[in-house]
Amino acid sequence: MPSRRRLLKSAVMAACSAAAHPLLSTMTFAAVPGDNRLVVIVLRGAMDGLDVVQPYGDPLLRQLRRGISGGPDAGALDLDGFHAMHPALAPLAPLWQAGELAFAHAVATPYRDKRSHFDGQDLLEAGTGNDLPIDAQKGGWLNRLLQDLPGATAETAYTVGPEEMLILSGPARALSWAPDARLKLSAQAQLLLAEVYHDDPLFRQAAEDAAEIGSSVAPMAKGEGRAGDAAKLGRFAAERLNGATRIASFSLAGWDTHARQPQVLARSLGTLCDAIIALRDGLGPNWAHTTVLAMTEFGRTARENGSGGTDHGTGGAMLMAGGAVRGGRVYGDWPGLGEGQLYQDRDLMPTRDVRAYAGWAMRGLFGTDARMIERTIFPGLDLGTDPGILA
Amino acid sequence: MTLTPDFPELAAIRLGYGLSPLAPPPADAAEVLASCVRAAIPDDPWTAALAGDAQISLSEARKAREEMTIPDDEFRAVTQKLNAERLAVLQRRVARAVAAPAGFGERLVQFWADHFTTVAQNPPQHLMAAAFVNEAIRPNLAGRFADLLFAAETHPMMLVYLNQNASFGPNSLFVRRRPERNLGLNENLAREIMELHTLGVGADYTQADVRELAELLTGLTWNPREGQHFRPQVAEPGAETVLGRRYSGKGTSGLDEIRRAMVDLARHPATAQHVARKLAVHFAADDPPPDLVRALAAVWQDTEGDLAQVYAVLATHPALAATFRHKARQPFDFLVASLRALGLDRAQVMAFDGPRINQSLWIPLAQMGQPFGRARGPDGWAEAADAWITPQMLSARIAWALQQPQRLTNDLPDPRAFLSEALGGTASERLIWAVPKAESAREGVAIVLASTDFNRR
Repeated sequence: MPSRRRLLKSAVMAACSAAAHPLLSTMTFAAVPGDNRLVVIVLRGAMDGLDVVQPYGDPLLRQLRRGISGGPDAGALDLDGFHAMHPALAPLAPLWQAGELAFAHAVATPYRDKRSHFDGQDLLEAGTGNDLPIDAQKGGWLNRLLQDLPGATAETAYTVGPEEMLILSGPARALSWAPDARLKLSAQAQLLLAEVYHDDPLFRQAAEDAAEIGSSVAPMAKGEGRAGDAAKLGRFAAERLNGATRIASFSLAGWDTHARQPQVLARSLGTLCDAIIALRDGLGPNWAHTTVLAMTEFGRTARENGSGGTDHGTGGAMLMAGGAVRGGRVYGDWPGLGEGQLYQDRDLMPTRDVRAYAGWAMRGLFGTDARMIERTIFPGLDLGTDPGILA
Repeated sequence: MTLTPDFPELAAIRLGYGLSPLAPPPADAAEVLASCVRAAIPDDPWTAALAGDAQISLSEARKAREEMTIPDDEFRAVTQKLNAERLAVLQRRVARAVAAPAGFGERLVQFWADHFTTVAQNPPQHLMAAAFVNEAIRPNLAGRFADLLFAAETHPMMLVYLNQNASFGPNSLFVRRRPERNLGLNENLAREIMELHTLGVGADYTQADVRELAELLTGLTWNPREGQHFRPQVAEPGAETVLGRRYSGKGTSGLDEIRRAMVDLARHPATAQHVARKLAVHFAADDPPPDLVRALAAVWQDTEGDLAQVYAVLATHPALAATFRHKARQPFDFLVASLRALGLDRAQVMAFDGPRINQSLWIPLAQMGQPFGRARGPDGWAEAADAWITPQMLSARIAWALQQPQRLTNDLPDPRAFLSEALGGTASERLIWAVPKAESAREGVAIVLASTDFNRR
């Protein structure tokens, strides 16, 4: 068996002799748009904002939830005398202390009423409002941001992990890769496959990207494989962000806590902590220029359901982390949990569009024009006043 | 991609798992449809009762280990056996698909198991998922949709996955006697029945309908010791109104009323439209020709969801030829089609040992983006080609095509002969040009299996 190094070497040699070949286009290092970095984590399954950031200062919470969201008495970490964060977020407590962790409460996308995960996630990733039918919406909001970034190249934005993500799909080129993926082909086989894929843009592009990324990614060191998937995603994203990449996105599943919420949510929050800590450790000094937004499709019912869980709701919470974040606080207007204050008498009432926070983040990080954000990236959004989430 | 093959090759590639040197493609539509009858015969050893026993054994072994009454080795033996059984479920599914002459029936098993997605969270649930396919999907494969729907929604695998087991009528006797336990309704199954399994999210139903259906479903439950059963003391008292119809009034029986609601949902015009479109998307194109969707919805409506008649319209519709290679083969299809093209038969697949199943099937499926029995959520696998042909997933297909064929066959075929066995008369000029130029048989075979021609259908 030839070694991996030899295969790579032969691929590079073939690249020199066949530079015009599409499969073997060399990597280009264009000027990167600034130093700031944005990571968007999509939390699939509808995270229960009221359990993650527990508004224990509102006495009604105890009445609505008897077995979950018990506040500091049940081990949650007090944040500001009104909110407490879920005990499973303890690994992030040092970030809160350092002012590198914040939350926005009572947020939602414009999606309402049917409470479908899949439509909710599509709308979250598309970044649009309800003006178009969901299946007619094309492309994601990170892609529209990318189109507006001067000097952006394919390397500027990455989706990380095994799945294709709507949030970065669209006309602007972006790359996607999974930490475990490998491509080992002889130069001749690469050339022949390039020929075979020539007339099929989907296969041609995927193979070009695979050849390009596969040869530039360092193989995982021994022992790293055993670490959790979330940590791997975070580490891989950090590696790209330390290079030419400025925008990265991945998703974490496991938030649909219809039953046994204490166990299920603790596990999912654990993976979210792993991902964020891997990002911070991997980014090193670049962490200071990084904003992580962890967003979900909607929140869950204000009342605990009959199985120690919660059902699909509306308003929820967003988590923000990074050295670029003005942390140590919970943002948002608290709507209350009393009669007439809940949405449809069941869900936390959203008091702000979650897209407004993302919009202000991109304004601060990339200087994106407000009209561009309100008309193109998040069509129909009212950015409103600046919540001041960036340090 | 302008070329359209004759019916046999078209049917084998689009409706089945592709060509095999061991058997000719189906000669006509009758042969294609006969495969549905064959696939309807259950043959997996797992039943819900046996899978329940496996779950009990695991919990008992876990408890015994914690109480230190059995050594770690003994506990490990239990989990290792479960893991082996889990691999064997995939092995049998693949073997049956590899050997099915026309393949359409086996493709439909995958289609319906995905329409009624359940996700296995641990090894015993993989066995329960096998029982689900065996007991709910296969026997109803070519019958009435209403029967398939009822069997799927009431199967233990579904009751566990969508939390029906944890749903209690808020005013039921059971809940009123246990105020301290804070029990009540869980909407999960009711919502997905309407949104995913029948009407579709765009249909005209409301949160109140979801709620009422959830109340109607209370009482339907499963546990490993008693199996699936209806517990009247858990059911919400009084009638429910779902989509304007009343159920569960005075003097009715719980499970019968649930069946009546499933029959009404199956008959609803929105269901015909939703599922007809899903079939068209799966078998024809991500953006299917409207006349195909119309024809499927019409026969569905006319026959009240007689699936055999719906399949007959699909198998003979001209849209199948018109949209040739508009779809990307999903990873499971890719593996089965590859094994078929390499000339493996059922006995050869059944002879794989555990490590072989793991290396050649289980791990590659996950790397290609389709971990067996582990869809991301209840909406199942993506249909769009670009969800499967990403750089990382295409790399996994190419890697499989390079490494696995030589491990699975005694002699690698001559790549030129293999090209015609795998693709018949459908190979493109570029592929015919490229294959003989490969430096080795290994790479020649890999180029065929990794090609656009082979990965589309």
